[in-house]
Amino acid sequence: MPFYGVELKSRLLLGTARYPSPKILGEAIQASGADVVTVSLRREAGPEQAGQSFWSLVRSLGVRVLPNTAGCHTVREAVTTAHMAREMFETPWIKLEVIRDDDTLQPDVFGLVEAARVLSEEGFEVFPYTIEDLAVADRLVEAGCRVLMPWGAPIGSARGLNNLYGLRALRAHFPDIPLVVDAGLGVPSHAAAAMELGYDAVLLNTAVAEAGDPVAMARAFALAIEAGHMAFKAKPMEPRDMAVPSTPMMGRAALGD
Amino acid sequence: MRIYVNGDKHEIQPGTLAAALEALGFGGRKIATAVNGRFVAAASRPATKLAEGDKVEIVAPMQGG
Repeated sequence: MPFYGVELKSRLLLGTARYPSPKILGEAIQASGADVVTVSLRREAGPEQAGQSFWSLVRSLGVRVLPNTAGCHTVREAVTTAHMAREMFETPWIKLEVIRDDDTLQPDVFGLVEAARVLSEEGFEVFPYTIEDLAVADRLVEAGCRVLMPWGAPIGSARGLNNLYGLRALRAHFPDIPLVVDAGLGVPSHAAAAMELGYDAVLLNTAVAEAGDPVAMARAFALAIEAGHMAFKAKPMEPRDMAVPSTPMMGRAALGD
Repeated sequence: MRIYVNGDKHEIQPGTLAAALEALGFGGRKIATAVNGRFVAAASRPATKLAEGDKVEIVAPMQGG
C-alpha cells in the first residue's frame, strides 16, 4: 500500500538515533534495506557542526527521510518544528509526535489530532505517532492523515506488542489506510507479529541501535518483517483448542493386541 | 543589541536575521530558523529585523527515531 503515493521497497522504516557511531549507523541502514529513515531537528551546537556531518551521511546513503517532531509537547511547537523540517529536508512528510507524558512518552492525542489537522491543511503529509485507539485513529483520518502509526509499546521499552487485540481491531477498521507499528519493539519476533496482523510496515530505532551488534540486528529485523508479511499474505490457519493429528490415521498398521 | 541564540545571550549589531546568522558563523550551513517561537523561512531571513531580547532558534539535521 503506498504511503502518500510513494511505494516503498522495504517495510522497515529505521530510526537514526542512539547508534554507537556514524559508521555503524550507516552500515545498519544498509543492512536493514530500509529506504526511509527518521531524522530530527536539534539546536546546532556550534563549530563542530555535528548536524552537517550527519546530514552528509544520510545524503550519501540515498534514502528518503521522514523528519519527526520528537520532544514537542504542544501543537504550536509541533507545527513550528514541522515547518522547519519541511524547509530543511525538502519533504512534505512529517512524523508527528505531540507528547503528553514524559515517563511513557504517550502521545497527547488531543494535541496530536489538532496538529494533524493544521498540518494537513497546510499541505503536509502526516505520519502520526498515536495509540491503538479506534476513536483517535478515526479523528486523525478525519483530520487528513492517510497513514496511521500506532505504538506497539512505549518508545524504547522493547516490550513488543502490548495490545494485540487493539492493533488487530485497528487493522480491521482501516483496511485501506497504511498502518505502521511505531515504537516499543525489542526483538525481530515482535516485528514479525506486527506484520502477521497485516500491518504494512514497522518503524523502529532503539531495538537496532542498542543491540550488541546493530548491523546484524538491522538485518534480522528486515528478515523478520519480510517473513511476517509473507505469512500474512499466505493466510495463517486459525488456532484450535484440541489437537488434530497431522499424520493421516487411515492406513495405520494394526499392531496392537 | 542583546538577543538569545539557542538559549545563550549574544551581543550583535542591530539588523536582520540573515545578518545575525552570518555574524554568528552560520552562513552557508544547512539550518532552519525560528524567532520567538515562529518559523522564519530562509527566504524571509533578509527581511526579518531582530529586536532587543528576541529569541532566535537555529536547528540543524540530527539523529532521530
